[in-house]
Amino acid sequence: MTAADHWGPPALSMRGIRKTFPGVVALDGVDLEVRPSEIHAVTGENGAGKSTLMKVLSGVHPHGTYEGRIEVEGSERRFSSTSDSERAGIAIIHQELALVPQLSIAENVFLGNERARRRFGLAVVDQEVSVARARDLLERVGLDADPSAPLGELSVGRRQLVEIAKAIAKQVRVLILDEPTSALNEAESDALLRLLLEFKEQGIASILISHKLGEVTRVADRITVLRDGRSIETLDGARGEVTEERIIRGMVGRDLEHRYPGPPGGAGPVRFEVRDWTVDHPVQRGRRIVDGAHLEVRAGEIAGLAGLMGAGRTELAMSLFGRSYGRYVRGTLLKDGTPLAPRHPAEAVAAGIAYVPEDRKELGLVLDDPVRSNLTLAGLGRLGRGGVVDAAAEHAVAEDLRTRMGVRCRDNGQAVVELSGGNQQKVVLGRWVYTRPDLLVLDEPTRGVDVGAKYEIYEAVRAMAAEGACVLLISSELPELLGMCDRVYAMCEGRITGCLPADEADQEALMTLMTGAPPAGAAEGGR
Amino acid sequence: MRAAAAGGAASVRAALRGNARRYGMVIALAAIVVLFQILTGGLLLRPANVSNLVLQNSYVLILAVGMMLVIITGHIDLSVGSVVAFTGAVSAIMLAEWGLPLLVVLPLAVLVGGLIGAWQGFWVAYVGLPAFIVTLAGMLVFRGLTLLVLGGESVGDLPSSARRLATGFVPGFEAGGVDLVPLGLGAAVAALVVVGLRTSRSRALRHGIRVVPAPAALAVQALAVAAVLALCAAFALHSGVPWVGALLLVLIAGYALFMAATVPGRRVYATGGNPKAAELSGVRTKRTVFWVFVNMGALSALAGLVFTARLNLAAPGAGTMFELDAIAAAFIGGASASGGVGTVVGAVVGALVMGVLNNGMSIIGLGVDWQQAIKGLVLLVAVAFDVLGKKGTLASGLEGLRGLFGGRGGGPSGTAGTDGAGEGSPLHGAAQREPAAQEAGDGGVEQHHRQGVQQ
Repeated sequence: MTAADHWGPPALSMRGIRKTFPGVVALDGVDLEVRPSEIHAVTGENGAGKSTLMKVLSGVHPHGTYEGRIEVEGSERRFSSTSDSERAGIAIIHQELALVPQLSIAENVFLGNERARRRFGLAVVDQEVSVARARDLLERVGLDADPSAPLGELSVGRRQLVEIAKAIAKQVRVLILDEPTSALNEAESDALLRLLLEFKEQGIASILISHKLGEVTRVADRITVLRDGRSIETLDGARGEVTEERIIRGMVGRDLEHRYPGPPGGAGPVRFEVRDWTVDHPVQRGRRIVDGAHLEVRAGEIAGLAGLMGAGRTELAMSLFGRSYGRYVRGTLLKDGTPLAPRHPAEAVAAGIAYVPEDRKELGLVLDDPVRSNLTLAGLGRLGRGGVVDAAAEHAVAEDLRTRMGVRCRDNGQAVVELSGGNQQKVVLGRWVYTRPDLLVLDEPTRGVDVGAKYEIYEAVRAMAAEGACVLLISSELPELLGMCDRVYAMCEGRITGCLPADEADQEALMTLMTGAPPAGAAEGGR
Repeated sequence: MRAAAAGGAASVRAALRGNARRYGMVIALAAIVVLFQILTGGLLLRPANVSNLVLQNSYVLILAVGMMLVIITGHIDLSVGSVVAFTGAVSAIMLAEWGLPLLVVLPLAVLVGGLIGAWQGFWVAYVGLPAFIVTLAGMLVFRGLTLLVLGGESVGDLPSSARRLATGFVPGFEAGGVDLVPLGLGAAVAALVVVGLRTSRSRALRHGIRVVPAPAALAVQALAVAAVLALCAAFALHSGVPWVGALLLVLIAGYALFMAATVPGRRVYATGGNPKAAELSGVRTKRTVFWVFVNMGALSALAGLVFTARLNLAAPGAGTMFELDAIAAAFIGGASASGGVGTVVGAVVGALVMGVLNNGMSIIGLGVDWQQAIKGLVLLVAVAFDVLGKKGTLASGLEGLRGLFGGRGGGPSGTAGTDGAGEGSPLHGAAQREPAAQEAGDGGVEQHHRQGVQQ
């Protein structure tokens, strides 16, 4: 008895998809079947082939460059471009949004699909119709915004909704979302997932590609797990098969009993102390971004920093790291009781501070450069002998870091742009392992990283703490903070609103601190 | 046996493919030299003409080296032609009217150039204005100042010491009718090149660093030695080693080493490759950019002095379009407009491509009209090969072209990009990168970071 007996022809079916690039088999026999009006999640580690599969489906890889068969509502389709697949009702929303910030929301919604009238033989954009139609579409996706306002005024989360409005403007039947919540905060993610459930009621199927197993298990009807370019299994929620443990087993091919190595339990002396740290917006004078932050980190411990998007966590971290963010107002940074005043990342590095940025591609890596020089970028001073880089020593250092961090690459001369997200993240982290920092600040170190690589990153961080480094871990994933940290600070609207020891903290308690500032006076860290 | 040979050939081919970017232009240069050697009936490689080629292109070579550094940091300098004119004028006045000796004027001119570079570097690096605008302004400002200091007239009649710098030769030492200085110099340089290449290779091998296979390495060494020896033989057969040639040799070797092997050189690359990542790794990117502009100014002054001395004249219109020659040389030599990529040797090869084209076309009597058009096309084709070669095969580029004209984007399997990352056709690659570029306009927290980093 197959699913088709119950449901009629599937909205979409892909059979035996095989796609190779020179030297690499990206997909090796993938089957995927999406029923009409279901939410179908596709999960898998980075490099498992999710993105390639979606590119095959959406016509980015045209028919003829892959093997296998794609059917939409029972009839075979051969897409030679993304516009072909869109005509068949399949729309993909990429991780990097394909929107133009300078144009208005309405113009973005109808980008490439403009509402136009013929005037003197020319297609002239019909502004009124565009705006009116855009307003309807925005309402449908639950975005309360003026369609004629520039898109650039919207937050990342709200832009995603514009992207979805753009897709449903094209009469979409199957909506593909590639990591849609990776840049969203909790509330925005919830809203987006609710929207998918509404679409389901309206007969629009969704394919949800996500690393966040929590949201996958919450909304998906069925889940197809990919591993190494193969579809391993399709789990059916109706049969109670959708559990995080089951998915992880499918993704990594083994049981991950512990998803977090646990807090290092370091109880050394306080080595770093931040007092009354206050930072203003770099351009808008007087706009306070970090407001009198106090925190301390002990040797050998991992301290967490929780907060919603816009709470000022990244800004606090970057401003501590040699004032690389904003306008410093006041505050002291003490190391072993002595004030430090790094005014540039170079001075921060010299003072033993390391910062792993949130956005590894934008802020972390020189993408076209080899793994080797990315690993040694912050420690070139140690490699130089009289200012000359010792190539052999650099190679040895890079090899050592590569093995220690478990970076999977052809060799250390491979360009980092070719590595998966998890391996890129290991390179950024490895760069700072080499500088042997006293304080390691990690900003969302596992964002967009698959489960297996996550665990390796956790272990590397824990090992650094065990060797006596102070670690400050910024994360939006509360389970990660609770699983890794000895203590967790919460931040809200630029202020530290509390600090909970890991054994007393739970997600609810943290969320309370993250969403509302308690009365003044309680803002001091610790208890 | 045959299998081993075939394997060796295959590995050489693979190495060539992998380093096509590096060797492509050298091969193109060799092809151009051979072509014009035939077209000019052997005139091109006559010793007198080789010597002349070096003298003729000396200032473009100097500028190309500086420009390569500027382009590696992701910037551009449009003002070098005007700076050449201005520093040339100032040098001519100091030499001819004030009667200062060359040994005083040379450092003073370089200092003036450095100050000009510092002025422009200040606006680009610390104020954050686009280099295109700053140096476009500089182009006008320093052209105007040239007119001002020259009073609208030319200054000529430089002392012989200055003229010797640009047109003279290192005194020879003849024995048996052969000048031993150029031959000795050639042997020394060739030995240095071979020893340098071999030691770096054997060190690399000892440490398990991947290197090109032995036959390819040998071929590179043989080519380098042959080029150096041929050049010096030409010098020996003509009038000896030009002073400018010796100066160029030192400059090129120095800058090539600086960029390839030193910590500051590596920071220049990192700054151009991703300024934000470099900054957050402790590289003082603003300072780096500032000094790269100071360096460009100083090298412009050196080129200005050489050019003025060569013409024995500082004219108000000197150096016009030099910036474009230097920029073209850098791009032909493998620089990337987005920064982070390029080598000093590449810039030299690029400048020589342009120089040989100029010289060869002049000898065969092609008019300036055709010369300009052909040089323009060479620039376009060189960069197009580079870009397409990086994205995948040329075939996939042509496929993209077909898509552009409404044909099917698809085609036989296996042609959709060879980079393994699944980028597909170049057209698609461009489409995919667009959103990333648009992110520059992002609001919210991300914008704060960027501004913070740039501050």
